[in-house]
Amino acid sequence: MGTLKVTTPSDREIEMTRVFDAPRRLVWDAYTKPDLIRQWLLGPPGWSMPVCDIDLRVGGKYRYVWRNDSDGTEMGMGGVYREIRAPERLVTTERFDQAWYQGEGVGTLVLLEQGGRTTLTLTMLYESREAREAVLKTGMEQGVAASYDRLAELVAAASRKR
Amino acid sequence: MHITRLDATFAALAHSTRRAILARLTSGEASVTELAAPFRMSQPAISKHLKVLERAGLISRGRDAQRRPRRLEARRLAEATRWLERYRRFWEGNYRRLDALLEALKTKEP
Repeated sequence: MGTLKVTTPSDREIEMTRVFDAPRRLVWDAYTKPDLIRQWLLGPPGWSMPVCDIDLRVGGKYRYVWRNDSDGTEMGMGGVYREIRAPERLVTTERFDQAWYQGEGVGTLVLLEQGGRTTLTLTMLYESREAREAVLKTGMEQGVAASYDRLAELVAAASRKR
Repeated sequence: MHITRLDATFAALAHSTRRAILARLTSGEASVTELAAPFRMSQPAISKHLKVLERAGLISRGRDAQRRPRRLEARRLAEATRWLERYRRFWEGNYRRLDALLEALKTKEP
């Protein structure tokens, strides 16, 4: 399906947009049901998700733990559901066990359905610019230098946004 | 890349006019007048944005003393977008798995 777009709409935010070829209630389920979350929210190859606890109500908590199956390293995060409007809007707080950044982030997930397809927009708002930078720098992935072509594309996409 | 330098770069990028200026400069250098034209902004207003971009190292001034054309410093922009690109790749991996899961869910439905 569509490619993922990542932009920085302000200096404390990261925004991701992607289209899925499925109705939004399925995307909603995939974001809110532990048995489904475990099947895709895994990160780099070789990681599993031994803990995925969800109490889906306003004020309820969620907790995720990932494990690197080869060396046993664990990485955990959790937060609270602030707003739940199935199947279109979900606002959660997030905080990682390993403090990559100060304080909490707030994630707003918006699902828009059109012609059986769903556009997902996830906006993460951090407490400071430094926190946002730290998140962007998390070493989850091996770096891949952006080509100048892609660069032009990214800038153009970012400027079309507003 | 040092964190404060990255901050300056991202701060400079966090404005639609400045991103549009950079997008324009990807197709070649341009004078302040040429850059101001599509934005319906005064030259001083554009100059302010250019100063922010210049301080962040995202643009520089060309040699022509009369036009003082601005040009893109692609290397600095590449350093900033590389972080975004890493982040994007990480999430794209997850979302590809989600594509597959959604396909499976759709076929299960009546």
